[in-house]
Amino acid sequence: MCIDCGCSTQALPDQHQHEPRTIRIEEDLLAKNNRLAVGNRQLFAEKQLLVLNLVSSPGSGKTSILERTLTDLQGELNFSVLEGDQQTANDADRIAATGVPVKQINTGAGCHLDAHMVGHGIESFNLVETDILMIENVGNLVCPASFDLGEDHKVAVLSITEGEDKPLKYPLMFQAAELMLINKIDLLPHLDFDLEQCKAFARQVNPQIQIIEMSCHSGAGMQQWYDWLVQEANRKRN
Amino acid sequence: MSVRECPGLFTKGCALHELSLTQNIVDLAIEHAAREEAKKILSITLEIGALSGVVAEAVEFAFDICSTGTLAEGADLKIRHIIGKGRCLDCHKEAAIKTLTHVCPHCGSLALETVQGQEMKFTEMEID
Repeated sequence: MCIDCGCSTQALPDQHQHEPRTIRIEEDLLAKNNRLAVGNRQLFAEKQLLVLNLVSSPGSGKTSILERTLTDLQGELNFSVLEGDQQTANDADRIAATGVPVKQINTGAGCHLDAHMVGHGIESFNLVETDILMIENVGNLVCPASFDLGEDHKVAVLSITEGEDKPLKYPLMFQAAELMLINKIDLLPHLDFDLEQCKAFARQVNPQIQIIEMSCHSGAGMQQWYDWLVQEANRKRN
Repeated sequence: MSVRECPGLFTKGCALHELSLTQNIVDLAIEHAAREEAKKILSITLEIGALSGVVAEAVEFAFDICSTGTLAEGADLKIRHIIGKGRCLDCHKEAAIKTLTHVCPHCGSLALETVQGQEMKFTEMEID
């Protein structure tokens, strides 16, 4: 049945002529991902679960930050971890060694996690008993910025060996993040890294961004990060 | 064809997130066309903002790959470019901006919030 004129296209296939016509769509290009992300977000809200999407360049220390955080906050907060990498289960193995439930997602050729992968990735977790779900995205400062996973916050990690101008070079990511962790500050004496300039660059692309300076190697600044986690997890529960 | 089966991804400089987006566009177009019982998709119109992080050329390239063998094959891909606009958090004036790291031309402040230019939208399509 033709919805324009009510004719039956099956009965009269040759006699019916469709006119070319324009239809309005008005849908975001990320609509499909966004719909799935909304579903994830609803589930996380029901379970009163804080969800963080950790994004950074490869090698900034995301997995090391997680390892130390999971170990230090053992008994205080219950975590589950989703690990995104193109290949290998190396990161998931490191997380599993801390005793925290972890699931590795291999994206193959894909350069980012999307809401669909996360929706399936969490199927094996006991979300009721989890306070914080950490999603470690694929190391990439470009593509993960555009894909909502249903998280509460994106946390951008920048290590000082990368240079202070990363927020200017990859502004979308730092604009999308609520919190920036400046990692490896124990290396400050050995590098020409301008910490204040880095923070100014981050605030230029995102005037509201919160910043914590830390080193998961020396432990500097870690308490501030833990306080932030506890505060955000409590906020999600209330 | 799924995104990851698209041939030629790594040899012609096609950025991967544009590929995912383009696959979504083709899926959406086919969905709408089927609902309208269309025989062919003649054109697809998108709006892409200058600050969206989406490279229009990469979408055009990916479109040829993702539409092959579908109702959208051969459709005219029309891209409307939306310029960037920011509002200064200090002097509250608006200014045209080309990047996310712009300085307010009115007061020199670095604190500009984006009000336009991050669009990535499938606005309309012509079908037959």
